[in-house]
Amino acid sequence: MTPKEIKGEMMHLMAGNMSCQELTELITEYLEGTMPMVQRIRFQIHLGLCLGCRNHLHQMKLTIQTLGKLPVEPMPPAIRAEMLHRFRNWKKE
Amino acid sequence: MGVFHKHESEPGFWKPPKGFMCMTESTHQQVRTPAPQWSNEQVLLDGLRIGNEEAFAYLLDAYYGQLLRVAMSHVPSRAVAEEVVQETWQGVLESLPRFEGRSSLKTWLFRILTNRAKTRGKRESRYESMDSEEGESEGWTDPDRFIPGGGLQGHWRVQPTPWDDLTPERLLLSKESRRLIQIAIDALPPVQRQVMMLRDIEDVDANEVCNLLDITETNQRVLLHRARTKVRCAIDAQLSETDKNE
Repeated sequence: MTPKEIKGEMMHLMAGNMSCQELTELITEYLEGTMPMVQRIRFQIHLGLCLGCRNHLHQMKLTIQTLGKLPVEPMPPAIRAEMLHRFRNWKKE
Repeated sequence: MGVFHKHESEPGFWKPPKGFMCMTESTHQQVRTPAPQWSNEQVLLDGLRIGNEEAFAYLLDAYYGQLLRVAMSHVPSRAVAEEVVQETWQGVLESLPRFEGRSSLKTWLFRILTNRAKTRGKRESRYESMDSEEGESEGWTDPDRFIPGGGLQGHWRVQPTPWDDLTPERLLLSKESRRLIQIAIDALPPVQRQVMMLRDIEDVDANEVCNLLDITETNQRVLLHRARTKVRCAIDAQLSETDKNE
């Protein structure tokens, strides 16, 4: 085993036997708040020890923020006028 | 100039600036933009029921863009999505007398829209690819980023680098970035796209999304996870492209 591998193995054991790959698979469950307590603790231990996973989690959060800020397009005036016209007719009925 | 300047002819008398408390009777006529009371849902609904055109205009302006993009996550073309949105407004007027306000207005609009979009989507056969989506839910989401075997199995091949906190704002300022994000969303399998649209883009809660799309909680989460993973990847590619050019 190379020193890097030994470090990896140690990390894995310390991080509640959760690999980085497993952590990334669980990120949405973590963010949704639906993760069982014990797993949540393992997840957080790994996160505390692993900069790569912390960065990844932050990237996921920023991805979600970006999606939440996507601008909407305004209503084309012709369609707006048409809908208001229909509203007037609906009102008369 | 300070707001609390004194009126010249009457020492000690405070003259309200233009537009101050614009709902008071004296300045009422000056208000040109749609009256702010429509942002209160109950007031808006009452306005719609009595046929107040300003209330309907407010509803159109507030929800058109959102309804259109949700519709587009269901049907194959913009033209069809436009039709679905128009049918939705029609549906809103028809079911207005029966709406009791137990859900939020937005939820109610999305329900009407989703029902119509589903009917259209089925007709336009956009739901066929549901099978491929289920097949996709096997295995790892992002396998290439991890070491496949040996002592470092499951560790990052290349550690993710931090993104700047202002990434969302920066991306959305650039037309090209917005376009690339949109392409990534459009490329998602239909139900992944629909879940992402409602959850992350329109901020609908998980339970309501399960109801709207008729999927289980677990399924919703898996679809959302896959969609987010792909869009993250698209943004990452976009960011490293920008870095290269700088």
